[in-house]
Amino acid sequence: MKVSLFVTCLVDQLFPTVGVSMVEVLRRVGCEVVFDERQTCCGQPAFNTGYRHEAQKFAKRFIEIFEDSDAEAIVAPSGSCTAMVKHFHELFPDDKTWRERADKIAAKTYELAGFLVNVLNKVDVGASASGRFTWHDACHGLRELGLRNEPRLLLKNVKELEFIEMSNADVCCGFGGTFSVKYPEISAGILDNKIEAIEKANIDAVVSGDASCLMQIGGRLSRLGLKTKTMHLAEVLALQQ
Amino acid sequence: MERMTSETFDQNARAALNDAMLHQALRRLADTFGDKRKKAIATVADWEGLRTGARAIKDDVLLHLDTYLEQFATNAERAGAKVHWARDGAEACDLVLNIVKTRGATNIVKSKSMVTEEIHLNRALEDEGLDPVETDLGEWIIQLADETPSHIVVPAIHKTKGQIADLFVEKVGIEKTDDVDELTYTARRFLRERFAKTEIGISGANFCVAETGSLLILENEGNIRLTTSLPKTHIAVVGIEKIVPRLTDLDVFLKLLPRSGTGQNLTAYQSIITGVKQNADDEGPEEVHIILLDNGRSRMLAHPVTRQSLACIRCGACLNACPVYQQIGGHAYGSVYPGPIGAVITPQLIGLSKAKQLPYASSLCGACREVCPVKIDIPELLLHLRAEITDGSANGISADTSTRKKFGESLAFRLYGYLWAGEARYRFGMKAARLFQTLVARRGKIGKAGKLLSALVPPLGAWTARRDAPTAAGKSFREQWRDGLEDK
Repeated sequence: MKVSLFVTCLVDQLFPTVGVSMVEVLRRVGCEVVFDERQTCCGQPAFNTGYRHEAQKFAKRFIEIFEDSDAEAIVAPSGSCTAMVKHFHELFPDDKTWRERADKIAAKTYELAGFLVNVLNKVDVGASASGRFTWHDACHGLRELGLRNEPRLLLKNVKELEFIEMSNADVCCGFGGTFSVKYPEISAGILDNKIEAIEKANIDAVVSGDASCLMQIGGRLSRLGLKTKTMHLAEVLALQQ
Repeated sequence: MERMTSETFDQNARAALNDAMLHQALRRLADTFGDKRKKAIATVADWEGLRTGARAIKDDVLLHLDTYLEQFATNAERAGAKVHWARDGAEACDLVLNIVKTRGATNIVKSKSMVTEEIHLNRALEDEGLDPVETDLGEWIIQLADETPSHIVVPAIHKTKGQIADLFVEKVGIEKTDDVDELTYTARRFLRERFAKTEIGISGANFCVAETGSLLILENEGNIRLTTSLPKTHIAVVGIEKIVPRLTDLDVFLKLLPRSGTGQNLTAYQSIITGVKQNADDEGPEEVHIILLDNGRSRMLAHPVTRQSLACIRCGACLNACPVYQQIGGHAYGSVYPGPIGAVITPQLIGLSKAKQLPYASSLCGACREVCPVKIDIPELLLHLRAEITDGSANGISADTSTRKKFGESLAFRLYGYLWAGEARYRFGMKAARLFQTLVARRGKIGKAGKLLSALVPPLGAWTARRDAPTAAGKSFREQWRDGLEDK
């Protein structure tokens, strides 16, 4: 299957290894991968802060770029950015044509775990990694896209990997985009509960589907000098130890 | 006691985060109510179906509210109640005061009601020299403490057992005890004395049934039944959104509300009140007044997105599930309606300008939407309100510091909209960021920013106060794609 990468700006600039890993995993399961270098951001920061005019600009740009490709699917290493694409049509309340174009693009946009499990029917992607791993449900992947079992299935099928379910895995890490810097104290308070659960689970790495959550969780782990690593699902699935 | 307002949400929240006693009290929330709710909904075969059904009833009501309200008023009056209409809180308070004064009543009891908190009825009565007594245990506690409720269902959730004991020692004059039964008995003894001589009982209602003109009220303590049946006069203040068309509609809501609110399969008492007593020997009030309150509700009705705010049945499940509420409690919101639903309703009730922080007091995690028994899309509402706030603030600088901050933010977003919407500009911006980070990063990360840096780049200061920040990678993904990944 031909797949167009929606790599997301966060992964492009801060966590490129996640993108590289995703390319490797997708190729390993037989996909042809293309990447349109014109892409930048989906506009989610603007949309979530209330700047709909800016968000609409990003949405139009995104739709135009991805309409140019004959790829059957658009795949992103982020539940949050994928969910944003699914929200695009809300930005055109008075424009049926754009709404339809938005819906068409949204219908073929997938988050990585959902794409592998639900579209390709792959739960074993040939990865192997030793150690104790846990899954943190990124809110939008879980509650906007409904992906609860998919990432867990993928992790449990990684050879040698010991999967540990931590407590309150589906509770927010406190990131929330601009929320994390608008109300940093509340954000960090919520984060501390997550860190407590991670510590209790006594694991080598906490895995998630959104780089933003990993930035939040990793930032606190790093500040506290804790050894637990943060890894994106794509990075784990790319491992063949 | 000075009340916190929504305008100073950030300061209120910071104070709450530093309140160790509050944290101790809030710990119970997620553990107790979250788990009890899960167990209670597991006893229902088709929870999702119930939610969908309840929302369909509410949607129908909200689309034809005028018709149903008229039907309710006609049937309530036929049963002997007097129906009044109040445009806002002041009108509703005046109506109550007028009834109280005409009867020369001085002994007033109240049962737990969020809508009377919303219109600050107690203050209005006290200003006239009256002394209304709250008869719900939690409400009585906060009345003694001269505070406002911090939760829709459990108003004194912010208080620990020890704090309540101290309060009773000070205000009621009991000996210090940490025996919960003894504390409850103290309240019961005091309140029964007041009930014995009461002339007027004031309540709210959970539902108003249009086809019969009845009120349905749920409770666990029995005080509401006393409040609405013992005094000669019963006054019920209810929001216009409380209507359900038929008695049979209560079935679905009776299954949803107690399970969502307190994790009970059913509350201990369910009272259906229809008009006045029919025979002299019957129990019940001789006079029933129902005050139907708008107070900004018809404004919410006007827009298809905000309309769903009125589907709320005040169960409090979204508060219990909200990570933000769990951190700061209810008072920080500066409104009688706290938590996710409060962040949505408050700005619509008191005006966006007075509560413009509240729609941002959420990480948009969606836990509220997941637990809402009537499927209110709270994140959608928050985003809708954020968009309204941002549009309104795009006009420029004002002397108000919060607006100035907003101006900086809107400039930043316009800049982001410009830079990131072109690939060349995006790449240039990222190069500049990499240059900047060489000044601030150490060992591949950015630690706690100093005062100067925090002042120059406030978000970086806010982020790094408790978290390290990552740095941009040496080679971006797009560069790696071009440098061989594409053809690998």
